[in-house]
Amino acid sequence: MNIAVCVKQVPDTETKVKLTEDKKAVDESEINFILNPYDEFAVEEALQLKEKYDGEVTVISLGPDRISSAIRSALAMGADKAIHLQVDENPQDPNVVANALAAELKNGGYDLILLGKQAIDDDHTQVPSILGEKLGLPSVTVVIKLNIDGDKVVAEREIDGAHEIVECTLPAIISTQRGLNEPRYASLKGIMRAKKIQIEQKPAQLSDDQLNIIGFEYPPQKNPGKIVGDSADAVPELLRLLHEEAKVI
Amino acid sequence: MKILIYAEHREGQLRKITYENISLARTLGQPFEVLVVGNEVQDIQEQLGRYGAEQVVFYKNAQLENYSADGYARIVAEAVKERQADVLLMGATSTGKDLGPRVASILNAAMATDCIHVEMEGDNLKLIRPMYAGKVQATIRLTSAVKVVTVRPNVYQASEAPVTAKVDTKEVSAPDFKTVVKEIVSGAKGKLDVTEANIIVSGGRGMKGPENWHLIEDLAQLLGAATGASRAAVDAGWRPHDEQVGQTGKTVSPSLYIAVGISGAIQHLAGMSSSKYIVAINKDPDAPIFKLADYGIVADLFDVVPRMIEELKAGN
Repeated sequence: MNIAVCVKQVPDTETKVKLTEDKKAVDESEINFILNPYDEFAVEEALQLKEKYDGEVTVISLGPDRISSAIRSALAMGADKAIHLQVDENPQDPNVVANALAAELKNGGYDLILLGKQAIDDDHTQVPSILGEKLGLPSVTVVIKLNIDGDKVVAEREIDGAHEIVECTLPAIISTQRGLNEPRYASLKGIMRAKKIQIEQKPAQLSDDQLNIIGFEYPPQKNPGKIVGDSADAVPELLRLLHEEAKVI
Repeated sequence: MKILIYAEHREGQLRKITYENISLARTLGQPFEVLVVGNEVQDIQEQLGRYGAEQVVFYKNAQLENYSADGYARIVAEAVKERQADVLLMGATSTGKDLGPRVASILNAAMATDCIHVEMEGDNLKLIRPMYAGKVQATIRLTSAVKVVTVRPNVYQASEAPVTAKVDTKEVSAPDFKTVVKEIVSGAKGKLDVTEANIIVSGGRGMKGPENWHLIEDLAQLLGAATGASRAAVDAGWRPHDEQVGQTGKTVSPSLYIAVGISGAIQHLAGMSSSKYIVAINKDPDAPIFKLADYGIVADLFDVVPRMIEELKAGN
C-alpha cells in the first residue's frame, strides 16, 4: 500500500501564545514547535497499515524551514521518505495549503492519504475535505476506527454525540482523531535512521489567498470571580447565585 | 448580500444550530433563505417558521436519506448557485466542518471555521474566530465572491420570531456518492455532546479515578448537562476521549461550565474560557482555574459535589 501522510508543525499545547506588538501576527520567538498531535495518529495508522500490507509511507509537509524537525519526528516513528513543500511563511488560507498539497499528491499514485483531523494552531479543519474535492476522492474525517480490506474502507467517525459508520473505496482520504490508535514513540534506532533520510525539498505551488487575517486579539479577560466559600456549606449560596445572579440554572 | 442557511438535521430531526443561525441571520439585516437537503425531515415549515425563516428551499431525493460528504456537497453547491447566495451559513458542527470545506472548494469560496462573532462591515462580513483553541482570536475577512461561514454552536441564542414559512420543495437528482453513511451509532444513552450542551460538568485529575465519576454524572443529570473531562482524566483512561475539553479535545462555549477537580492547565483553559459562567470546585486555592472562574468553592470536591446533588434533588 502506497500511503501519504500530510503533517504540520505546530506550537506545543503548553505554549502561551504571544502576539507581536502590532497584533498582526503571532510572535514565534519563544515557541516550542512539535508535530501536530492529531498527525501522530495519522503517521501511526500509516505505519500499522504498512506493517500489515507492505508498501511505503511518504510524509508530506508544507511550511517554512523550521518544519524539518516535525518531518524528522514522523520519519523517526518509521516513515520511509519525506517531501517538504517550501514556503517563506505559512499561508493564512487553508485552501492555499490544500491546493499545494493536492498538486503534490495527485501524481504520487497514493492508495491512501492520511492526515490529522485539524492542526491545533489555526484550527481551520478544512484541508482533508478540500483535498477530497481537489483530488476527486472520498474523504472521511475525524476517524476513530479504520478497517481496510482490499480496496474496501469502513471507517467510524466521531460526530456530535454519536458515531457514524462510513463506507468508501480506495484511494481515499482519512483524517484521524484521538482514539484511532496509540502513536508509538520513536526508537533511538528510528531517530538515527531518520537523520540519514534525505528530505526532498521543493517550492510549494501557491494559489491566491482568499482568507485574510486583519489582526489578532487576546480573548476578553474575565474579572476575577468570587470565592463563594471554603466548605460544602457554601453550596446553597453557590446554587442561589447560579439561579438568581447568573440565571443559568 | 444574500445568505443561505444550511439546515442541519439528524435522523429526520432539525438541529438547534439551525435555529441559532436563523436568529443570527435576522440580526444581520440581509435577505436570507434556509436550505434543507435530505429526504424525510420533520416539521420543516413549522420549526423553521417559528424562528423567523420566511423562505425555505427543500432539495429532496430518496437517496439523500443518508449523509454523504461528497454527495451532499454537490447538492449544496448547486443550491448556492441556483439561489444566487453570497454567503453559505452553517454550524461549526461535525457536519459543518465535514461538508463546508467541500462545498467551498466546489464554489472556489473561502471558508471561515468556527466563528464566534459575525457582523456586517460595509458590504462584507467581519468575522472573528478563535485560533490556538481560543488562546487568541483572529479577525478575518474573506475576499472570495461566495463565502462559507460556520458558526460555533451556543454562541448565538436561538430566539423565536414566528412567521409563516414558504417551503419550496425541489426533487433533485442525486449524484453518485463516493462515501455513504451506513449507520449512526449513538453514544452511551444518547449522550449529549459537550459542543452542543448548554451546561457542562467536567471532571479532572482531582476525581481520583473513574469509580468516582458517578458524582459528575449525577450532577450533570440533575442539571441537564453534558459530562466533560480534562486531558489528564482522558490520558489516564478514566474517560472516553470524546469528552475531552481543551486544545487537543473540544472547544466549548456553554452558558455554564462546572470544573470539578480541574486545576486549569493552559490547554484546558483555552478550550473552555469562552463559557459564559464558570464554576470551579477545587481544594487548591492556587489552582489557575480560579483566575477564570466566576464562582469558586475552595474545598474538597468529595464534600461539595454530593452536597450539590443533595440540594438539587431537594429542589433547593
